[in-house]
Amino acid sequence: MIRAIVSRIMQGHRTMPYPASPLQMPERFRGYPAAASLARAIEHLSDSTRCPYDAITMTDGGCLDLGKCLFCAECPAGNIEFTSDHRLAVTQRDHLLVKPGSDRKHAQPLSSDLRRIFGRSLKFREVSAGGCNACEADTNVLTTIGWDLGRFGIQFVASPRHADGLWVTGPVTENMVKALITTYEAIPTPKIVVASGACAINGGPYIDSPRVSNGVDSIIPVDLYIPGCPPHPATILDGLLRILDKIR
Amino acid sequence: MTDITVVDSSRFLQSILDAADRGWRIVSYFGIPAQTVVQLICVLANKAEGQLAVTRTETRDDHFPSISSLCTQAQLFEREIAEQCGLVFDDHPWFKPVRFHHSFVPERDAWNRPADEPIRAGVMNYFQVAGDEVHEVAVGPVHAGIIEPGHFRFQCHGEEVFHLEISLGYQHRGIESDLIGGPHKRTLQVMETAAGDTTIGHGQAYCMVMEALGGIKVPPRAEVLRGIALELERLANHTGDLGAIAGDVGYLPTSSFCGRLRGEFLNMTAVLCGSRFGRGFLTPGGTIFDLTHGHCDDLRKRLTEARRDLTNAVELLWNTPSVMGRLEGTGQLTHELGLELGLVGPAARACGIKRDVRQDYPFGIFRMTHLPVATSFHGDVCARTMIRWQEAQKSMDFIEEQLRQLPGGGHRVETLPCAGRHLAVALTEGWRGEICHVAVTDEAGQFDRYKIVDPSFHNWQGLAMALRGQQISDFPLCNKSFNLSYCGFDL
Repeated sequence: MIRAIVSRIMQGHRTMPYPASPLQMPERFRGYPAAASLARAIEHLSDSTRCPYDAITMTDGGCLDLGKCLFCAECPAGNIEFTSDHRLAVTQRDHLLVKPGSDRKHAQPLSSDLRRIFGRSLKFREVSAGGCNACEADTNVLTTIGWDLGRFGIQFVASPRHADGLWVTGPVTENMVKALITTYEAIPTPKIVVASGACAINGGPYIDSPRVSNGVDSIIPVDLYIPGCPPHPATILDGLLRILDKIR
Repeated sequence: MTDITVVDSSRFLQSILDAADRGWRIVSYFGIPAQTVVQLICVLANKAEGQLAVTRTETRDDHFPSISSLCTQAQLFEREIAEQCGLVFDDHPWFKPVRFHHSFVPERDAWNRPADEPIRAGVMNYFQVAGDEVHEVAVGPVHAGIIEPGHFRFQCHGEEVFHLEISLGYQHRGIESDLIGGPHKRTLQVMETAAGDTTIGHGQAYCMVMEALGGIKVPPRAEVLRGIALELERLANHTGDLGAIAGDVGYLPTSSFCGRLRGEFLNMTAVLCGSRFGRGFLTPGGTIFDLTHGHCDDLRKRLTEARRDLTNAVELLWNTPSVMGRLEGTGQLTHELGLELGLVGPAARACGIKRDVRQDYPFGIFRMTHLPVATSFHGDVCARTMIRWQEAQKSMDFIEEQLRQLPGGGHRVETLPCAGRHLAVALTEGWRGEICHVAVTDEAGQFDRYKIVDPSFHNWQGLAMALRGQQISDFPLCNKSFNLSYCGFDL
C-alpha cells in the first residue's frame, strides 16, 4: 500500500489544463487544410492527381471534403498542406466541405432543450462497426487521467439503456448493420449520434467497398461529425465541448 | 511463381503433414479463387533453420480433403479457404464459416447458400454441452467497453466454463477481395488500417512485399526509422495492455498510470509522422518522414521520462500480492497446446515457445541488431503480463540505442513496378506476433491474390482453450491478456 502511495506522489497530477490553456499539437500533425495549397490543388486538379477517396472534387467550383479526407502524409491530389489546427468537428455534413476562402465552420451547440438534459451529464454507448481499433483507442484515451473526460460530465457506459447517445466508429460493415440499429433503438429518446473518424463519416479507406455502408448517416441520423483517420483526441474533445457550449 | 512446381493434392497435403511433424509451422495457407481451377498455396516455416517453404497444388473439384484432424493449425485456414473459394473440405471436424460473407467466386459456396440472400453473421451451429445444470452464456457482438465487436458463446456449469466458442466476422470489410487486381492507389491506407493498432506492423509487411516485387533495396536509415516506429507501436500497445490487465483485476494505480503512459508512446510516434498511430510514416521504398537531430533528442528525452514512470507503474504489480494472486494460474495454456495450435507472439512466448520473427526470420534493422527474446513457461495471464513488460524494456533499450546512431544517407528510394508471375512473402513481428503478407502477381504484375495473416488469426483459438475450466468471471482478464484483433482477423 505504501508503495502505491509513493508511486501516486511520484507520478504526479497529469490532467491537462485544456480547454483553459491551449494544446501543444505535434509539429507534423495534419489538421485543417491551408487555404492557399487547397486553391492550388483545385486549380491543378486532373485525372492524374485525382484523390483515391474523391475527397477533393470540382463540386461547387472545387472543394475538399474533410469527411472523406484521410489527411495523407503525401496528398495524392496536388499535395495539400495541412495546418496543425485540430478543430475539425462539425454538426452538419455539408460543413465538412471546405472551399478556398470559405468561412470556417465549427460544431454548433445542441438546442437549449437538449443542453438542459445533457449539459451536465452526457453518456455514450460506443459501437465499433468495422473500426480498425485506432478510432476506438483514441476514444478510450479520453477517459484516461490525462484527458479525464469525466470532468466535463461525459462518460462512456456499458448499456445503451443508460446512454444519451450513440458513438459510432467504422464504416458500418454489412455484418454490423443490424447490431448498430438495435443498439440505436435501445437508447431512450432524446438521443444524439456521433460519427467519429473518416470511416464513420463516409467509409474512410473503405469508401464504396461492397462490404461496407458509406458511413453512419446512410443508416441513422448523425448529430456530430468528427473527421480524421483517426481523429486526434483533441479533435474529439473540441467537438464535444462545442456541442455542450463549453467552448465557442 | 513458375519455379514453384504444382504437385498433386495428395503429395501437397502429405508434405504439409510431414513438415508439421518435423516442427514446421503453417504461416499461411490460402486459395486463389477461380471459377474452375482453384490453386492452393501453403507457406511453411522452420524456425530451427530459419527456412521458409512454399508448396502449391490445383484442384478442379469443389471438394478437397481436410487435414485438420491430423494438424490442428490447419483448421481455420481450411475454413477460410472454403469461405473464400467455395471449396468443401471433406471430414473437417469444425466446418463453419469464418467471417460470414459470400464466396469471392459467384456461384461457388461451400455451404450452398444462395448468392442473392444476405448471410447473417454469427448464425451457425455452436458446439454445445448438454446436461441439466449446463447453461449457455452469449456475449456480443456489441460489448460493454469501447472495443470491437465479436460474439462469444460460453458453455458453463455454474461459474465454470466447459467450453468457449468465438464467432467473428462482424468487422469484415472485404479487404482481400478488394485487393485482387491491385496494388491500387488506396492500398497503402488499407494496409495501415487492416488492424489499425498495428499500422506499422502491417504497413511494413506490405512495403516489404512491394519492395521484393519491385526488386529494390531500402536505405539503412529507413530500416532504422522503421524499426523505431515498430518498437514504439509495441511499447504503446504493451503499456496499454499492462494497464488494462491491472484494471481488469481492479488495481487502479497501475491502470491509471499506464493509461496515460500509453499516450506518451503514441505521442512519440506522432513526433515521427504527425499521427499517433503511425499513419503516413511508411511507404514502399522507405519512409515518408525523416528525423532531425532535434527530433532524436526530443524522443530520447521523452523516452527517459516514460521509462522512469512506466517502470514505477509496472513494478507495483509484482509487489502487490492481491494482483499476483489474480494473475497467477489464470487462463493457463501448456507448451504442447501452444505448439499444436501454432500460437505466435507474446501468447506463444508465455508458454515457453521461443518464437519471434525479429530473431527467427530477421527483417530490416533486426538483421543488424538482435533483440533478445523473452520467454516464460507458465502460460498463464501472469506470464503473458510479464512477457509484455520484458519486451517493453527491450524495445526501450533498442529505441534508445538506435536514436543515438541513426545511419546517414537517404531515407527513401524510388519504387519500381511489381514483377509479374512472382510470389513474395513478408514476415514481420507486430506487437501481437507474426504478421504474414503474401502476394501472387499475374503477368502484368497485378495481384492475383494478396493474403494477409494477422497474428490474431493464429491466437483466437488459444484464448478459447485458455478459458476451459476457468471461472467465467475471469474471461475479461484472460481476453485482455491476449488482446487480439477483431478487424485484423476479419479483414
